[in-house]
Amino acid sequence: MAAQLHFHDVTLGYDRHPAIHHLSGEIASGTLLAVVGPNGAGKSTLFRGIVGILKPLAGKIGLGNLDVRDIAYLPQSAEIDRSFPISVFDFTGSGLWRSTGAFGGLGRRERAKIVEALAAVGLNGFENRPIGTLSGGQMQRMLFARVLLQDADVIVLDEPFNAIDAKTSADLLDLVQRWHAEKRTVLAALHDMDLVRAHFPETLLLARGAVAWGATSQVLTADNLAKARQMCEAFDDGAVACAADALPQRAA
Amino acid sequence: MIYDALVAPFTDFEFMRRALAAVIGLAIGGAPIGVFLMLRRMSLVGDAMAHAILPGAAIGFLLSGLNLFAMTAGGLIAGFAVAILAGVVARNTELKEDASLATFYLASLALGVTIVSIKGTNIDLLHVLFGNILAMDDQTLLLVAINATITLAVLAVIYRPLVIECVDPLFLRTVSRAGAPAHLAFLALIVVNLVSGFQALGTLLAVGLMVLPASIARFWSRDITGMMMIAVVSAMLSGYAGLVLSFHSKVPSGPAIILVAAALYVVSVLFGSVGGMVRQLFPAPHLEA
Repeated sequence: MAAQLHFHDVTLGYDRHPAIHHLSGEIASGTLLAVVGPNGAGKSTLFRGIVGILKPLAGKIGLGNLDVRDIAYLPQSAEIDRSFPISVFDFTGSGLWRSTGAFGGLGRRERAKIVEALAAVGLNGFENRPIGTLSGGQMQRMLFARVLLQDADVIVLDEPFNAIDAKTSADLLDLVQRWHAEKRTVLAALHDMDLVRAHFPETLLLARGAVAWGATSQVLTADNLAKARQMCEAFDDGAVACAADALPQRAA
Repeated sequence: MIYDALVAPFTDFEFMRRALAAVIGLAIGGAPIGVFLMLRRMSLVGDAMAHAILPGAAIGFLLSGLNLFAMTAGGLIAGFAVAILAGVVARNTELKEDASLATFYLASLALGVTIVSIKGTNIDLLHVLFGNILAMDDQTLLLVAINATITLAVLAVIYRPLVIECVDPLFLRTVSRAGAPAHLAFLALIVVNLVSGFQALGTLLAVGLMVLPASIARFWSRDITGMMMIAVVSAMLSGYAGLVLSFHSKVPSGPAIILVAAALYVVSVLFGSVGGMVRQLFPAPHLEA
């Protein structure tokens, strides 16, 4: 199948310090990819680069003929103002943004879609609840319902099962599998290796660069995991400009 | 008796009718803006903006005397400049909106004060500072009405991006580019309503008819639509009661209006149905599920 996401020697980071360093590779359309690695390995940074929130320091992320706004992105810690007076129904409905836009109305068809999405994540009857009354797990279910409505070709989930009980993660994992069956490209940052082994055919093991990338069984070896763990997390304040970059040479 | 106190001032005196019309116009435009200011935690930003438009109005006054349109244009230019510059800096650098806004409005204020002290007298400037809702001429009423109309129309257009940007800004950024324009349009609406308000209440109190009704509304409703309705109604009520109070006493009209709103606010904090303090003391029994 054709590649959907291309990474051309991508470096992503903050204040010139790379969090993803010279990553190259591609992700085929319809892939179900787990992105694993220790804290600080650059998983979230990579996702932020893919959805265009973070501009690469060097290199390029190619999306083929996909608009960056057609990628559904579920961030690790959503900056959601939970005290805001909005109902679960209205909040979830914002997932239809790409079809309704800023001004389009919600007709009967759209309303039915929203109810259906909420039912799919097990939140029937929650439509009129203010979002501030949801528990952590219910919140995550609602965010999945919104991703569902976005109907995106590429879905990027940043640690979607953190602090979520077994029942909820099982339900949400079913959704991920459904998306995979629908030939969507799904990327998920995860820490639970057993879950990755059981459900994700492909894995990218990150530690600033790719330690290993391919079929899950070959990536998640004890050797590779140990190697990933050794990669240093802290920025080096005295680091010099990376010689591999075509940037002007200058001490940092 | 009651008629004499509450209705007669408006049937007998044209300036009272005009003042009431102005207050209603200000309530319709300003109160919904106030609700969004509150929900976006920008209530004090409204206050800062009020200070920012003052020098613009003063410059307009110095250039062409007590000319309404010159002062309004000056206020609009100063307000837009500060709002847009602050917004642009906040969106493109690490500096947060509050800090960049504080910087720009202080600079604007200092510039205005400098110009005034070099060139002007400050007798009529009192009018700019504290307004005079009892001297509403046709021009001013028309301006208030136009601004209220513009506000409602623009608010309807930017409503959805504005709401989603409040709740989940990151999500809006990933699905749409409407966030930044909506935010700038919202800042412009703040300025437009402040300019309306300062003819009536002066630059210092104009923001009061936006912020206080919104705070009142928060204690009576859980959803945005309800909040906006309640805010508009309580702004109108404050305006009417303030005018009556000022008519029968020596309290100047602008402060009277804001004081009534403040009284309503105290009542709401204590007895509001959504989280009022007295209500919290006597909670209803908890439910079974």
